[in-house]
Amino acid sequence: MIENVSIYELLTLTTILFFIGLYGFLTRKNLLTMLLSIELLLNASVINFVVINKYLYPDVLQGVYFSIFIIAVAAAETALAISIIINLYRLKTSVDVAETETMKY
Amino acid sequence: MDILTLFIVVPILTAIALLFTKGLKQARLTTMIGMLIQFGMAINLVFAYFKERAANDAIMVFTKDLMWFETFNIHYSIGVDAISVLMIVLTATVVLAGVFISWMLDEMPKEFFITLVILATGVYGFFISIDLFTLFVFYEIAVIPMYLLIGIWGSGPREYAAMKLTLMLMGASAVLLVGILGIYFNSNADGGALTFNILEIAQVSIPFEAQKLFFPMTFIGFATIGALFPFHTWSPDGHASAPTAVSMLHAGVLMKLGGYGIFRVAMYLLPEGTNYWSTFFIVLSVIGVVYGALAAVKQTDLKYINAYSSVSHLGMVIFALLMLNKTAWTGAILQSLSHGFMTALFFALIGMIYGRTHTRMAPQMGGLLKVIPFISMIYVIAGLASLGLPGMSGFVAEMNIFAGAFQHTDTFHRVMSILVISSIVVTAVYILRVVGVMLMGPIPNEDYKNLKTVTWFERVGIYLLLIPVIGIGVAPLWLSNMINDSILPFIQRLI
Amino acid sequence: MNFSYTIFILIIPIATFLLLGFFYNRIKPAVSGWIGVTALSVVAGLSYYTAYQYFFNVGKIDGKFQTFFGFQANWMNFTENLRIDMGILLDPISIMMLVVVSTISLMAHIYSRGYMKGDRGYTKFFAFLSLFTFAMMGLVVATNLFQIYIFWELVGVSSYLLIGFYYEKPSAVAAAKKAFIVTRFADLGFLIGILLMGYYGGSFDFMELNNPEGPAIMNWASTSFMGLSVITWALILMFVGGAGKSAMLPFHIWLPDAMEGPTPVSALIHAATMVVAGVYLVARMFPMFHFVEDGFALHVVAWVGAISSLFAAFIALTQKDIKRVLAFSTMSQIGYMMLALGVSKYDGHEGLGYMASMWHLFTHAMFKALLFLGAGSVIHAVHSNYLKDMGGLRKYMPITNITFLIAALSISGFPLTAGFFSKDEILVAAFEHNKAIYFITLFVAGLTAFYMFRLYFGIFWGKKKEYEHTPHESPWSMTIPLLFLAFMSIATGYLPFSEWVTADHKALHGHIGLFSNLGVIHWDMAGIAITAGLLGIAIAWFFYKKPTDYPAKVSAAFGRLYKWAFNKFYFDEVYLFVTKQIIFKRISTPFAWFDKKVVDGTMDGIGNTTVSLSKVIKGTQSGRIQDYAFAFAGGVFVLVLIVIYMI
Repeated sequence: MIENVSIYELLTLTTILFFIGLYGFLTRKNLLTMLLSIELLLNASVINFVVINKYLYPDVLQGVYFSIFIIAVAAAETALAISIIINLYRLKTSVDVAETETMKY
Repeated sequence: MDILTLFIVVPILTAIALLFTKGLKQARLTTMIGMLIQFGMAINLVFAYFKERAANDAIMVFTKDLMWFETFNIHYSIGVDAISVLMIVLTATVVLAGVFISWMLDEMPKEFFITLVILATGVYGFFISIDLFTLFVFYEIAVIPMYLLIGIWGSGPREYAAMKLTLMLMGASAVLLVGILGIYFNSNADGGALTFNILEIAQVSIPFEAQKLFFPMTFIGFATIGALFPFHTWSPDGHASAPTAVSMLHAGVLMKLGGYGIFRVAMYLLPEGTNYWSTFFIVLSVIGVVYGALAAVKQTDLKYINAYSSVSHLGMVIFALLMLNKTAWTGAILQSLSHGFMTALFFALIGMIYGRTHTRMAPQMGGLLKVIPFISMIYVIAGLASLGLPGMSGFVAEMNIFAGAFQHTDTFHRVMSILVISSIVVTAVYILRVVGVMLMGPIPNEDYKNLKTVTWFERVGIYLLLIPVIGIGVAPLWLSNMINDSILPFIQRLI
Repeated sequence: MNFSYTIFILIIPIATFLLLGFFYNRIKPAVSGWIGVTALSVVAGLSYYTAYQYFFNVGKIDGKFQTFFGFQANWMNFTENLRIDMGILLDPISIMMLVVVSTISLMAHIYSRGYMKGDRGYTKFFAFLSLFTFAMMGLVVATNLFQIYIFWELVGVSSYLLIGFYYEKPSAVAAAKKAFIVTRFADLGFLIGILLMGYYGGSFDFMELNNPEGPAIMNWASTSFMGLSVITWALILMFVGGAGKSAMLPFHIWLPDAMEGPTPVSALIHAATMVVAGVYLVARMFPMFHFVEDGFALHVVAWVGAISSLFAAFIALTQKDIKRVLAFSTMSQIGYMMLALGVSKYDGHEGLGYMASMWHLFTHAMFKALLFLGAGSVIHAVHSNYLKDMGGLRKYMPITNITFLIAALSISGFPLTAGFFSKDEILVAAFEHNKAIYFITLFVAGLTAFYMFRLYFGIFWGKKKEYEHTPHESPWSMTIPLLFLAFMSIATGYLPFSEWVTADHKALHGHIGLFSNLGVIHWDMAGIAITAGLLGIAIAWFFYKKPTDYPAKVSAAFGRLYKWAFNKFYFDEVYLFVTKQIIFKRISTPFAWFDKKVVDGTMDGIGNTTVSLSKVIKGTQSGRIQDYAFAFAGGVFVLVLIVIYMI
């Protein structure tokens, strides 16, 4: 519970953060920036977990646990994604997402 | 472990053992041992059945019931009556003969035998299940390996044939699943819990509207694998492309699943639906009988001839089932058995002839009786069995069917019966044409003069299948009595 | 009296068949021939012994021959009432048939040892002969309709195997196939008849069906179909089966072609035994035929027999292949037997036709087998079937000549031969009951004499021919059967048949039987028949004894009629048209096409539709991750809107 900051303001922040991430993911062609955008999306949800936990159920800690869990998963996922991207780069000498559409149909 | 579960366990163990083999010799030896054990068990089961039957007059004996999936009340529930026992014997014989016929298979033998054995597992499971759901599961287990067996080890347009066969059978099983679920969700009509158990559902009177709706689904679902017109077209292409042992197993055993399922599920559980729909399906089955026979006349490929002949013969099974009396039903079961042994024998012989002459086109061959007399003579005998010569199994089965059909006195049934009977003439035409063209006459090709004579494993395969054909034909009484006892509770539901 | 030993009459031939069949390539031909002959001798001995026991010792009780069962076992049950037994039924006609079959079969076996010498399939041939003997024996002793049908089919298949014995000859293969399919087609009628009879008559058993006071005969009128009793229909359908086996119109087309088989086979199967199975069937069911609907079915039998007899005689006049002449002559004589049955009644003297038919069956078996075996002997010598290649053979083959002459005289009804006695009884029976048929019969008798002597003079007299290899008399193994059968062709005329084989199993008064005190000789009837026969012989003598140009002139005078008869009245062509043009081309081919294109096309069409549909929608799977993400996010957005504003 932070003085003078209501839950609405915080949720607005995370919403903005989420849509920035979504926009980045949908429009960027570089796989690395897309990865960054995914991090934004995840961070938005992490903050949401913490905020909602803090404001609505201050006497339990599940939201906080979840946020830590997500951070751990995000770290692992980033490691995996970067290794995939590096391999892709070796294969195609490019990190452009348009180059990766060979798996269609 | 109980006597029936072993029938599933032994093939699975055989398949596992096969994983550790190397090369053709080990693979075929392992399979042979496994299937010999299975065959011994099947023979033993007959005696055990007689012994048990003397003391126990329940519909199913050797029953066992284990909860499998409680939410939907699915059980692993097994049991046999005379009909399933006979079908198991048929399966064991045909599979064993198939192993002998594939004795020299050199392309990925290990994988071939594993797939074959898994297929057999599904068939055994199907015949012993009395729970609709497990029955369905085993049915699928039996159908899927077919795709691999034809697609990998087949010949000719095998991908097309495998795809067509699998898709049609899968489509049919989708319809069948709807039917089975329909039965399941009506199984609490008298109060009580929903159940998949056939024997329990048989105690329930499912509402007429539901029966009317779900009977054709269940029936067509099973009839497709029983090659009912017009759902038979997977069969000629499938048989033609399949390797010999698979054709044997498919025509000999797998197609029997249809008749068996119709008998055990569709008719037994939905008696009023049966009566309501019988006219329509009788017409279809009669078309199948006559049409299959007439279409066979025009074919030149040996396997196609046999496939259409199967359409005709199995049409007779469905026709007999729809006659709804004891004599015809006995005939239907006998015809299933007889056709199983006989067609398996036919396909085995075609495989042997193809292996030697490298063609399956009857007009390209000639005078084989002179160069490979043993195989040719057995081919003649199999042909005679197919056209219903007395002293062979086909005659006994057909006569039961005809006598049963003649117990209906109305014009519709009479006309249909006479049409079905007339097919025996057409059968004679196509069988004798092939025999005349292929086995008799002058030899068209110099190379044919030194064809290999029959080998020991081919002989074993032939005798395994020939003995039951003649055995049933010469002494049918004990068999028909055995079947009769088991038919009684089923026929009582319908009349 | 215990007749249980008669089971060996069936067991021995089938055991021989299995023995020779399983070890066909391990038994030396010489041995297999002897095995066959020995086995058949035992069978024949047993049959004679049975006949002796039955006719002289135990058969007759209170002046009526009884029916015995040598063996009875349940084979299969259709319902509680309809059951199929396998058994051995012994009554006058079955015992008579046992004697016929075993005698002719034994003769054929002995003869084949010489005739088939050096053939590759020697052992196989004897195996098939044994199979045939087994099947035929099973047929004649059948206790019920189904047993008779079972063995009926088995004789059909052994006939198929034996006609197609020279399987490398395409004509033999075609003939075998034709024989089987034509008879099978007729058997379809037989089978439906049996099933109808089983359903409406309530039984398959001869004893129950044929009991004149039994329910089947008493209640024949209970159900009718198209103006006739169903039982009558059943009988007519069964007669269709009989007509198929016995080569009556219109199912006769297989018989001439069946002559492609080895000659002993023609003699055994296609002259003496199997082809009379139809006659035997009608005789077996005679009480039913007679009592049901006042013998309506019997009239059909009579007329079919009479017309077939006349028809075949006409064709026989013109044929040039000696075996075909004999084949049509067989058909004609079987027509005789059929019409004799057809005009017969049941009781006492009224049942004369029945007795005459059976007697003629018996004597015909002897002299026709002799004719065939004689023809075989001739063919063996000159290596041709055609009359044009023969002539003047009497000098080279004296035994064949004499025996053939005896047989020809016998079939022509020459006085004091067996054929004379039996044929005369048929004529009397026809005269008493149906004048039209009587005149046909008489006319055919004249024709028969003519074509038989045309054959005889053509082979043994006629033109002097120079042969490349001088023909010589056949070996003893072939001439002994000829001599024996020649003896039988005369001797069987003096058997007191009218005491033994009658419709009601009681003795009746025959007309001509020199050694039978029952006989009342009607020389007026006999005289007419003898005149007809002698006239035929005389014309043949005049035409063919020396080469003349009369035959050519006469055939030219008849012109078209001759051509029609020579081409067998184009029956084969009609059948060929129906099968090739109509069934194969107009029915079977469209069916195959329909299956390939329409039924299968529908299934393929379903598959193809799915494929093309998937082609249309697969563009959405672009492989670009951002497209998917956009669709996902958009979907969520829409769902959220729905959740917010709709609910």
